[in-house]
Amino acid sequence: MTSVAAHAPAHGVHHGPTSFWRKYIFSTDHKIIGIQFLFVSLFFLLVGGLLAMQIRWQLGFPGKPMPGGGILPESMTAGGVILPEYYITLVTMHGTFMVFFAIMPLLVGVYANFLIPLKVGAHDMAFPRINMASFWLALTAGLIMFAGFFVPEGAARAGWTMYAPLSARPDLSGSNIGQKLWCLSIIFLGLSSILGSLNYITTVINNRAPGMTWFRMPLSVWALFITAILGLLALPVLSGAAIMLLFDQTLGTHFFDPAAGGQALLWQHLFWFFGHPEVYILILPAMGMVSDIIANGSRKPIFGYHSMVFAIVGIAFLGWMVWGHHMFMSGMNPMLGSTFMVSTMLIAVPSAIKVFNWMGTMWRGNIRFHVPMLNAIGFVGMFAIGGLSGVFMAATPVDMFIHDTYFIVAHLHYVLFGGSLFALFGAITYWYPKMFGKVMNERWGKIHFWLTMVFYNLVFFPMHIIGMGGQMRRLYDPTIYTFLKPQQPMNEFISICAFILFAVQIIFALNFLLNLKWGKKAPQNPWEDNGLEWTLPNPAPHGNWERPPNVYRGPYEFASPQVPEDYLPQTRKLPTDREPAAAGTGH
Amino acid sequence: MSWWLPRQASTFGPAIDGLFIAILIITGIAFVIVEVGLVWFAIKYRGRPGRKAFYTHGVTKAEVIWTAIPAVTVVALGLVSNHYWVEMKGRNSVPPDAMPIGVHVKQFEWSFMHPGPDGQLGTADDIKLRNQLHILLNRPVVVHLEAEDVIHSFFVPEFRVKQDAVPGMHISAWFQATDTGEYEIGCAELCGMGHYKMRARVFVHTPEAFQAWMTQQATPTEATP
Amino acid sequence: MRRLGLTIALGAALAGLVAARAPRAVQGGSTVTGRIKFTGAKPVNPKIDMSEEPECKKKYTAQPSGEAVVVNANGTLANVFVYVKSGLPAGGSYPAPATPVVIDQDGCRYHPHVLGIQVGQNLEIRNSDPVLHNIKAKPTKNRPFNISQPNAGMKTNRTFAAPEVMVPLECNVHGWMNAFLGVLPHPFFAVSGSDGSYTIKGLPAGTYTIEAWHEKYGTQTATVTVAATGSKTADFTFAPK
Repeated sequence: MTSVAAHAPAHGVHHGPTSFWRKYIFSTDHKIIGIQFLFVSLFFLLVGGLLAMQIRWQLGFPGKPMPGGGILPESMTAGGVILPEYYITLVTMHGTFMVFFAIMPLLVGVYANFLIPLKVGAHDMAFPRINMASFWLALTAGLIMFAGFFVPEGAARAGWTMYAPLSARPDLSGSNIGQKLWCLSIIFLGLSSILGSLNYITTVINNRAPGMTWFRMPLSVWALFITAILGLLALPVLSGAAIMLLFDQTLGTHFFDPAAGGQALLWQHLFWFFGHPEVYILILPAMGMVSDIIANGSRKPIFGYHSMVFAIVGIAFLGWMVWGHHMFMSGMNPMLGSTFMVSTMLIAVPSAIKVFNWMGTMWRGNIRFHVPMLNAIGFVGMFAIGGLSGVFMAATPVDMFIHDTYFIVAHLHYVLFGGSLFALFGAITYWYPKMFGKVMNERWGKIHFWLTMVFYNLVFFPMHIIGMGGQMRRLYDPTIYTFLKPQQPMNEFISICAFILFAVQIIFALNFLLNLKWGKKAPQNPWEDNGLEWTLPNPAPHGNWERPPNVYRGPYEFASPQVPEDYLPQTRKLPTDREPAAAGTGH
Repeated sequence: MSWWLPRQASTFGPAIDGLFIAILIITGIAFVIVEVGLVWFAIKYRGRPGRKAFYTHGVTKAEVIWTAIPAVTVVALGLVSNHYWVEMKGRNSVPPDAMPIGVHVKQFEWSFMHPGPDGQLGTADDIKLRNQLHILLNRPVVVHLEAEDVIHSFFVPEFRVKQDAVPGMHISAWFQATDTGEYEIGCAELCGMGHYKMRARVFVHTPEAFQAWMTQQATPTEATP
Repeated sequence: MRRLGLTIALGAALAGLVAARAPRAVQGGSTVTGRIKFTGAKPVNPKIDMSEEPECKKKYTAQPSGEAVVVNANGTLANVFVYVKSGLPAGGSYPAPATPVVIDQDGCRYHPHVLGIQVGQNLEIRNSDPVLHNIKAKPTKNRPFNISQPNAGMKTNRTFAAPEVMVPLECNVHGWMNAFLGVLPHPFFAVSGSDGSYTIKGLPAGTYTIEAWHEKYGTQTATVTVAATGSKTADFTFAPK
């Protein structure tokens, strides 16, 4: 097998595309594709947020006309009042857009694409055209999903978890075309993810620069690599299930219809067999990027790098064996409740290791509180809460009470928002200079962080309390239940804080958008980081390097006694360093 | 508004709430360690110019400790939890003297079939009620759940009991009420646009009151479809 | 001048041709009327327990019963849908009236229980109860729908594009609630009321098949011939099987 180095000169002098369409729209450059994912996903994040605002309106002020509700059609509102079927659509599509079209593509579509070749020292992904296809498939999937709002009866409405038989029977859900579009969209999205994963895995295995051994890769790359494996194996299960559901809806099959020999629980097993690895897809890249940022912010090597790698692998491995904890109350064999409880309890351990190792990185550090670092520390604090609340659900007797209550909603938002989204605020700020050649405003970044942190906790922490009080999920009007009426003021409080939280995000949006054009030009290595991407100009050119650089050390050599500076880039050669052998497969 | 779990009214209450409290204490300790630790480190190790951080790649002993303690803790929690799980939901957990109740649930109502004076389900004296369940104090009850159309879930917060009802499956769940009164039953699985309206009530009677209720049901004017 | 005249003549001829082919509403002056008799033991409708819906229960002084078989005091059957099944002149069209047909949910029951509507005419569904009702329509020839009305005062409109006898309507929150809707391409239908009689007016001369439909006892037909004006009687008798 010829080494990467031998290929490099011929590939490196390849000229990039020159037409606007080939350069920015139909690009095979991983950096452009990553930026395309960024803009599209931020749009869908906004969509998900707008859907959440409507949910919170109805929950905070049940039955009151929503401001602006009058513009929505009769199928959704009556006199501005959200209808029950539209409420169910809202919760379904909020979850769907946030999971599949915001967080997942922001973490993977953006950062796997943008960072992997840069951080391992490759010119581009292993399969650039397949990479381009992956983006366009994802965009198509997003548009199909969005189209659901514009068909008769509106978008899908069986929860983002799409449980059958409700999802398979339009006569029972009241939504026909919308349900089918959901399935179709997910099939496209699955294909997009699979193609992306192929690229990420192959590039990490094959296209590392000389000296970039496995244990010199940054944790962000490790996390994205393991995530890609999860995606490759999990998304086909989801797409397969979505195909089966679409067949039940359109071709008269009965996979999930018990009246004709099918099984309702089959959907749950298929969905959650995908769904649990999916939630690790939604957190591992965030953890990886947070590791990079915390080491940088602490000016100190990551504490326990090898354990951090093994913890990522451990989380991913165990993640395949816990799906039944979403089904403790489902009626499956109770013995499975025992086995899944054990595996679920165990998965707390690698997550705990990571939290302590991040703290260990800060310990005796020399901490710079730049905006990415603030968000990364926020991630650790919020993810810890999300993880700890998970222990309650893992205990099956306790789960009997808190399953399908707001305690679960609190948990999932602590890991997805408190975790992944804070990590994304940090990551977007951190790699913005490399993407766009500008810096985001530091002061507004800090204001955004603190306001978000305060209001985010005011919104989601009380959800633990109302969940403990027994408020079930997906209730159009909790006040139907006498026992929930006393908690209604808390629902109102959460809603008001949620509206403020949403408004605060305007700061981030403006900071992001305005600085694209009017921001200060970024220095080449604004964070004084060690990664390979910071050795390139802003923005990095097509093909990244003419020749892949040589790598002499790991990515976290901060505070090294070998040099007076408090950072030591991976590619800087010291007199004591030897030239590496060709890297690539196996080293 | 209560900031805690609802009041307990069943034999499951002490175990579940006890486990909840135990987990709260354990996770609470971890919570304090992490959050206080983060803030303390942020303050104590804030950057000062001309200083370098302490150059280390980790302390293996510390890692072993903070791997072992969580591992042992969660395994212990799992074992204790499983003991109660088997008791509450195990295949053979239903007490033999449990009063059977047939629960037929559909979009968007509950139908409760009571065994009537002869104590047997499926006989002529059965009492069928819409969205109302009547049971005896201090006597185990087993609900036999049948869903007609989509997945629903039988949930009584004060009894700490929840069980999904799945079309195509006959699922049983048992519980024993320990306090008289009127409690609400909710549907705890999204079942369509009327999901939020699937409220039912369960009445826990003393033996005398239960007898009186059954007698009243037998009179023709109160018969239901 | 000659050209203008030719154009006008051609235009008039065309208009005449078009007018001759255009479908028009064929109204006549005849009436078909009758009674729906009921023979046999009067069935007992099961009582409806509204204890768990107090907002509806309080609208009744006596416990309400189901409406599957409503036998009037004079031994006739109410809620029988009677309509012209065939015999109308070919090419006739009957535009849907602009006024809607109203079905009201009041006291957790549909009012009326059986009703007729024309193709394309608006069905106005009203909720007069301060509780959630969903209205699920289960037609086979029209597009099904399932919508909710959570509050009192809500009104929703639906139309039906194809004739269908009958479209069942049901509420799933209150399982005893159902109604039946007959969708016809013409206005020649009626529902028997509390005196068991029905009247269909405005029929042109011809021989018609009249069908009477009951939700439990099925359908019966009768053939009636009417002149341009006048009245004919067609009675029906239903009995429990």
